Amino acid sequence: MTLRDKDIQTIIGKVLRSGVCLSLSVVFIGGVVYIARHGGEKSAVIGKKFTEENRNILQILHDTFVGIARGKGLSIIELGVLLLIATPLARVIFSLLAFAAEKDRTYVLITSLVLMIILFSMFSGFGG
Amino acid sequence: MSVLTFTLIVFFGACCAGLVGALTGLGGGVIIIPLLMYLGVDFRYAIGTGLIAVIATSSGSAAAYVREGVTNMRIGMFLEIATTIGAVIGALMVTLQIIPTTVVAVIFGLILIFTAINSFLKKTELVVEKSSPLAEKLKLHGTYPTPAGKIAYGVKNVVGGFFMMMLAGVLSGLLGIGSGAMKVIAMDNIMHIPFKVSTTTSNFMIGVTAAAGAFIYLERGYIDPRLCLPVVVGVLLGAISGAKILLKTNTRNLRTVFAVIILLVAVNMIYRGFTGKI
Repeated sequence: MTLRDKDIQTIIGKVLRSGVCLSLSVVFIGGVVYIARHGGEKSAVIGKKFTEENRNILQILHDTFVGIARGKGLSIIELGVLLLIATPLARVIFSLLAFAAEKDRTYVLITSLVLMIILFSMFSGFGG
Repeated sequence: MSVLTFTLIVFFGACCAGLVGALTGLGGGVIIIPLLMYLGVDFRYAIGTGLIAVIATSSGSAAAYVREGVTNMRIGMFLEIATTIGAVIGALMVTLQIIPTTVVAVIFGLILIFTAINSFLKKTELVVEKSSPLAEKLKLHGTYPTPAGKIAYGVKNVVGGFFMMMLAGVLSGLLGIGSGAMKVIAMDNIMHIPFKVSTTTSNFMIGVTAAAGAFIYLERGYIDPRLCLPVVVGVLLGAISGAKILLKTNTRNLRTVFAVIILLVAVNMIYRGFTGKI
């Protein structure tokens, strides 16, 4: 294994670690706000019948930030969850940059393909 | 039940799931989903939350493994093509209601049985030094560090492993689990990758696989922040403490107890699936 690969591993380890720490903190802060305001209410998720939604990723982001601006704890938690889902995505993007720096064409191609599949899942008309 | 009580119960459950997952390698998703169901949460919300739990544990532990230099990032990246395609297919099958929830519950039970049995089987390591031509072309070979120095290994049956991985991805997207057991089988038995490398590389891939499915679940409303709060915090705290205990304990008994619990849950899930009580 070359020194270059070792560097990539260190960077990717850091990306994953910071992503997890950041989302954990945001979820926790949101949780404190949410519990402080609604902790005594009756839980609405027990026995709640599943209702399908149909929002695309941009609407979700919009709704989340509007909610945060209104000080809603659940929206802060939602932001933390979004950061968590984005962490593996960030890892793929960093891998792509790293393989490009190594001039490893095969793996630039492979990584782009994985990225495209994830972006497809994000922006496909199936959700939204 | 009040919001506070519910959140605390799920939090403790998620802590246990993270802890047991880190100690036995049996994954957090398979515990979280039945737990939420037994508390009266709709199965579909449980699946969505399971995926989030899986991303949290995978990213958390992958960060530690990657730095040790055991994870083979090329194998991971290449096989992620298969697992992400699979996960998208699996998630669409649920969200577009191609497969009814009752059938999903039965498949979930069968996979639990498979996971439990698999954790008892004695595995023999099939290691090759020389890679197959395709693996050579994809530069999948590598080395991993041991106290005695670096050990080199080759990779075989790339195509077979790729399709097995796609199946693992479908199950992950369908059931909201990491399907780590399936991924390790594809890498150990089919591709002849050493255990240490296959376990860490499988864990490395689980996050990306689950994320590919999670976006679809998120947009369709399967992921509820009220459930994610206790699950994300609990699973991560459990996994962190589990990793610290892991070095000091023998996990054999724990594994046995846990496998029995999983089998009981599996039977119950299959029963619920067949009777439509889901």
